[in-house]
Amino acid sequence: MAFSKTLKVLLVGGVSLAGLTFGATTIASAAGGGGTGDYEMVHKHWHFKGMGGTYDRAAAQRGYQVYREVCSSCHALEQLAFRHLGDKGAPFYNEDYKNPNENPLIKAFAADWTIEDIDADTGDVLERPGITADKFPPIYPNDAAARAGNGGALPPDLSTIVAARNGGADYLYNLLIAYDAKKPDDVTLTPGLYYNPVMDGGKIAMASPLSDGIIEYAPMEVYEDGEIKTVAAPEATVEQMAADVTEFLAWSSDPKLEQRKQAGFATMLYLLILSVLLWFSYKRVWKNVKH
Amino acid sequence: MSGHPSTYEPKYAATKWMDQRLPIIRMGADFMTFPSPRNLNYWWTFGGILALCLVSQIITGIILAMHYVPHIDHAFDSVQRIKRDVPYGWLLQPMHAVGASMFFLAVYVHMLRGLYYGSYKAPRELLWIIGCLIYLIMMATGFLGYTLPWGQMSFWGATVITGFFGAVPVVGESLQQWLLGGYAVDNATLNRFFALHYLLPFVIAALVGLHVWALHHAGQNNPIGITPKTKQDTLAFHPFYTVKDGFAVCVFLLIFAFFVFYQPDALGHADNYIRADAMKTPPHIVPEWYFLPFYAILRAVPDKLAGILLMVGAIAVLFVLPWLDTSKVRSMRFRPVARRFFYVFLVMCFILGWCGAETPDNIAFPFGTNDAGEKVGLSFYRLSQIATIYYFAFFLIILPVLGLTERPKDRPESITKAVLGGHKGAAAPAE
Repeated sequence: MAFSKTLKVLLVGGVSLAGLTFGATTIASAAGGGGTGDYEMVHKHWHFKGMGGTYDRAAAQRGYQVYREVCSSCHALEQLAFRHLGDKGAPFYNEDYKNPNENPLIKAFAADWTIEDIDADTGDVLERPGITADKFPPIYPNDAAARAGNGGALPPDLSTIVAARNGGADYLYNLLIAYDAKKPDDVTLTPGLYYNPVMDGGKIAMASPLSDGIIEYAPMEVYEDGEIKTVAAPEATVEQMAADVTEFLAWSSDPKLEQRKQAGFATMLYLLILSVLLWFSYKRVWKNVKH
Repeated sequence: MSGHPSTYEPKYAATKWMDQRLPIIRMGADFMTFPSPRNLNYWWTFGGILALCLVSQIITGIILAMHYVPHIDHAFDSVQRIKRDVPYGWLLQPMHAVGASMFFLAVYVHMLRGLYYGSYKAPRELLWIIGCLIYLIMMATGFLGYTLPWGQMSFWGATVITGFFGAVPVVGESLQQWLLGGYAVDNATLNRFFALHYLLPFVIAALVGLHVWALHHAGQNNPIGITPKTKQDTLAFHPFYTVKDGFAVCVFLLIFAFFVFYQPDALGHADNYIRADAMKTPPHIVPEWYFLPFYAILRAVPDKLAGILLMVGAIAVLFVLPWLDTSKVRSMRFRPVARRFFYVFLVMCFILGWCGAETPDNIAFPFGTNDAGEKVGLSFYRLSQIATIYYFAFFLIILPVLGLTERPKDRPESITKAVLGGHKGAAAPAE
């Protein structure tokens, strides 16, 4: 009798859990903009999905290259500092440089950017190469300038873009590869707008940013499981670059995902064992007590 | 706390000293020996779960407040900083955000349990009303807190909700401006929302104190709703219910942890990862899931003021529930007709939640297509009207009438009899 009661409780817990998840996804998809035309969303299996999912380091590193060479001409990464790239769980983490500010690779990335600063002696505005502690600089001095440079449209910040869109990584990936889709007749475009079936209403102000071979990938050294592995360079197709930059921006949206999942596993295991122990304590305390 | 004679005897000089001056140890000891009905089921464990939720929200909240910046130019970035750079911020922020959802999940179970087992009936009317008050302040706290990250849904949710006050006749506009500290949701609004969001949990804590006091004075209700008569009907709170609550809390924490660690964003909205923009309205402004049923009631009538009155009424009606239900029988176990209406009520609440998440003009149940090829059928708007009518009818018509007309099933004489199935001679355990 008591056991079936517990089963009932677990059942109710499970049902409410399923209900909550289902409810949340329903709301998310209800609020999500429907695509237009016949375009079918490609659902990729992302390396970071699932209970034990981690970021694909090589893909995220290539994704940074795509961001740097393509996206960063218009889009900022407001929430990121260069040092974040070398944090634990980040694309360029290296165990030899637990402090990312000492990582020569991260230093080089930072120095590749120009940062506006104030000369401490004269008060004049000066430009200097970035250091690891700097945040990624804004691309435009202000929103008005950004709009003026993009036909009135404001390029969104990319640091939280995967979290900020219903559909997450799949949304971004499809947005980047869907430009070739055939435009339905009922979508009329004004100059400066392009057809993209993934966008609400099918219209987007960004021209297709990627084309095959627009950048060149080089073989890279990836730090994984305590050793450095060399990963061969894939061909820079639109799909490859879209997947890579999505992997990078997914990390940027949720940089602590790996720590969180690791801590989650330990926590859930602990709670599970404690639940079992408490269940037996309960049986023992209530032994011979009719209720 | 009153309710049962104290059996505590201080053993040491220090505890004797304390007992003569401030019998706080006695209070704790009496708490542990409090006679609880022996037949409490797992639905009764949610009181303890809720206490844990409150404590967790307060602790995580205080730490978050140390890093959060309540200014429209910095709030969004400071939340991002908490998640990215503050030590363990990646854990505390989702614990607090998911914690709000878990708190509401538990409070809904707790309230429905009270509704099903008649825990609001004499002598527990005040216990129930204090509970309703806690729930009301929880709603306010939840809403205020959701504004703080200053994302798109924060801003537009705050704009919509404070807009309700503008619909109050005569004083509406002044009231709204007084609330916002200006003509629109802005920095003054964010500042006061932060101050109030910090204050209200402590008001809740104080009310929880009264809630527990009232509980220990009137005694717990139980699944059969028969008041304990003899010592055999009860068990000491500790160890019997501490261990049972402990197990339930642990299972609840497993669900909590699953969301915190693996689905921290599932219960929120993607739009809140976009910085608030007063010039750009999101396509769908949807409240958090725990407000959806009330949001559906609000939108069930075309008139704004009427909608607001209905929404307020939906909560107000809970406060007078003890006097609306005319039945003398507490537990719906013995009220076969009322029980069926209760299950329909439960379904209607879920339907209201569903309607709240959808666009009212969309079709919920399509019957077919019209000549133009468009789907026709029952829209979410009509569906929410049906559910709203049932919601109010349940409290205002069904419960008052059923109490007078329904013939309840035979009830056992006592908890012991119910438990032992009439074999009164069976061995009673030592406490």
